[in-house]
Amino acid sequence: MSAPTYDLGKLHGGLRLPSEKEKSTAQAIREVPLPAQLVLPLAQHAGEPAQPVVGIGERVLKGQLIADSDGVISAPVHASSSGRVVAIEPWPVSRRRGDKAPCIVIECDGEDRAVERAGDLPPYTELAPEDLQLLILQGGIVGLGGAVFPTAQKLMQAVTAPLDHLILNGVECEPYISCDDMLMREYAMDVLRGGQVLMHALGIDSCYVVLESDKPEALRAIGEALAALDDERLVLKQVPTIYPSGGEDQLVQLVTNREVPSGGLPSDVGCVVQNVGTAAAAHRWVNHGEPLISRVTTVTGDGVADPCNVLARIGTTLADVVAVAGGYTERAATMVIGGPMCGKSVSNDRVPLVKATNCVLVMSAAPANGREMPCIRCGECAAVCPVQLLPQQLFWHACADNEIKLREYGLTDCIECGCCDLVCPSHIPLTADFRKAKGRMRELADEKARAERARQRFEERNARLRREKLEREQELAAQKREALESAPEAIQDMLRRAQQQKPDGEDD
Amino acid sequence: MEFERREAPFVTPPTDVAAIMQQVLLALVPATLAYVWYFGVGLLFNIAIAALFCLLGEAVMMRLRGRPVEDAWSDYSALVTAVLLAFALPSLTPWWVTATGALFAIVVAKHLYGGIGFNIFNPAMAGYVAVMAAFPMYLNIWTAPRMGDMDYHVMTFYETARYALTGTLPDYLDFDAISRATPLDLVKAGFNNMRTFGEIQTNPMIGDFGGRGWEWIGNFTAIGGAWLMLRKVIRWHIPTAVLAGLLLPAGIMYLVDPGQNASPGFHLFSGGAILCAFFIATDPVSAATSVRGRLVYGFGIGLLIYAIRRWGSYADGVAFAVLLMNLAVPAIDALTKPRIVGHPRRQGSGSG
Repeated sequence: MSAPTYDLGKLHGGLRLPSEKEKSTAQAIREVPLPAQLVLPLAQHAGEPAQPVVGIGERVLKGQLIADSDGVISAPVHASSSGRVVAIEPWPVSRRRGDKAPCIVIECDGEDRAVERAGDLPPYTELAPEDLQLLILQGGIVGLGGAVFPTAQKLMQAVTAPLDHLILNGVECEPYISCDDMLMREYAMDVLRGGQVLMHALGIDSCYVVLESDKPEALRAIGEALAALDDERLVLKQVPTIYPSGGEDQLVQLVTNREVPSGGLPSDVGCVVQNVGTAAAAHRWVNHGEPLISRVTTVTGDGVADPCNVLARIGTTLADVVAVAGGYTERAATMVIGGPMCGKSVSNDRVPLVKATNCVLVMSAAPANGREMPCIRCGECAAVCPVQLLPQQLFWHACADNEIKLREYGLTDCIECGCCDLVCPSHIPLTADFRKAKGRMRELADEKARAERARQRFEERNARLRREKLEREQELAAQKREALESAPEAIQDMLRRAQQQKPDGEDD
Repeated sequence: MEFERREAPFVTPPTDVAAIMQQVLLALVPATLAYVWYFGVGLLFNIAIAALFCLLGEAVMMRLRGRPVEDAWSDYSALVTAVLLAFALPSLTPWWVTATGALFAIVVAKHLYGGIGFNIFNPAMAGYVAVMAAFPMYLNIWTAPRMGDMDYHVMTFYETARYALTGTLPDYLDFDAISRATPLDLVKAGFNNMRTFGEIQTNPMIGDFGGRGWEWIGNFTAIGGAWLMLRKVIRWHIPTAVLAGLLLPAGIMYLVDPGQNASPGFHLFSGGAILCAFFIATDPVSAATSVRGRLVYGFGIGLLIYAIRRWGSYADGVAFAVLLMNLAVPAIDALTKPRIVGHPRRQGSGSG
């Protein structure tokens, strides 16, 4: 039992995890050199993929729009350097389902020439909030905390409810990840100015910048920037270091003591949460005209030689990113995008760095996780669950695929933080099981929706047939009436004759 | 470069079932030492015999169920069952009695219900109740505690081994020379004979709180239990609730009529109350799972122990109390479901 023990935190449940962040925070952010090729997926955000607006062979400049947002929830993509579009094709990416997605591949010309902007940018304070939201949409700004929900649409959704606070999320609760920490240390003023931009877009006057207690350097940097900025609308807040306090709903609960209702959004309790990186990106776009074409990413784990944070262009392949961190060590066996708790593993390093990539974690072969054993009902999973679910009961119902019980026990409230997995003495992959159960539930709902649509189509068809029949009958009747009216005598003669002949005919 | 794909989380759990069970076994060492000191080496024989038959029973059942025996043996849970059963039995118990209890615990209470994780009843307590029904005569013989100032024969290693293997004493010994009533038996008999608690307490078998010797076994058991809580192998809810469930009615009754009721201290330090609170009721498989559920479950066990001791015909009631509350677990779990964060608060209890 030399393994670390995990304590309970103040929020319901949660874990104190070994932070592992010092590895990557020892040195300043390094810039990843311009790669020979950039791979830009069309779907780097939640919602509909962007639509390409450039053709193969076309020359593009840095910051040029290459794919425009398409749909209610979507975001545009910009070229992160200048060069020529050589392909628009499926490419390996990091995603839950499937391995490939359509990407625009740009061969860089090495000049890194940027789009020239016509004239000076108007100060954003002169824009109405709605216009500022639209501007933010055009910058391709999405949530950089990992969920990559388009920022503009989040702001538009939020302003439909009465709002109190903008919360800038600087709580990086997952182990290993330190990109927000380093961003705040080196670009604290960008973060705060971004907060001002977002406040203006929301039309509110209160912004909490929230950090964990284990980031003294970032706290100092933000504190100094706050003093320099002298804007009393911005307030620095500190929360205890407990995983998963950086989850959107958990953070709202920690900072405001308000619970985001099940299935609802933080705006239902008057809050909007934005990652600090998102705020900095919004600032750079709105105040400097630079769309979201680069980001800070942590490259760490015992599989890389020199763990650090890098500033990389969106679209750089992970192989190029890892090279900046000294390349792989002999132990490299698993590559994870994101942190060790919620990240996704990828099968090769041709995958490009995208807007969502907050961390590239290269780990040695997993220590044998031990066989999965039967649940002994110890209840530790329930004790650590930040949403107070009973994972152990959910597990039963997931095994039985009992959808009604799964709903009753709140499967849809599960945030997939992985706490229950980590304390399970039987080593049951609870989170993975819940993900699968959610997937099945979605499929079932989709199937139901399809069946419902089919039923509606069928009923509409029947109704249409009935209606057409009725119309035909009415038309016939009308023609009959018309005929009667236009030539009454001749027809009535015919009818009379027919009636006179009828009895004979029937007697045959 | 190519990588192997896995599912999050990518962190290895710090503990496993075997580690939990090993720590429970380790935590029972102080109690074992105290027990052996006061009641002789018989306990060690009981543990050995119970362990042998628990492991044997488990091997046979796993084979019959078509699963690798290794899976069951490697989690140490059968050993915990064996040790707890051994603790419940008198130190002088013939091997076939222990074996019956062990086999019933593992074969019937554990594997016929689906093996670890699926058993409704605490296997050790089910095994104990089975031998209580099958061999009541063997469960009444408790050697006197080794106190130095009392006049009785202390069993030697040979005499104990002989009894454990044959069920007979050497010709020069009889039960009167070695055995004494347990403190709980004394109190039960005393009240039945219209004696007051004060009078019963003058018996040389009764110490400051409970029975002499038993008090110290209780202390050492509690040390092990406290260590388990410190290690977070068990949480405080069930032990605290069991003891509260026992001490609350005991305290009230003692305050109302100190003559006709044993003191709370006596209840605490006699019989199996402390062992039950820290080691038996805390068996996760057969306990309620939510925090509130565990408080209810533990409190119910405490209350039932008191009720059986005070009004029942058995001197101690740990086994029955645990088994009865095991039965109530599904209902407790259903009625104490915690409110999911973000769901509306209900008026009154969060029943669902």
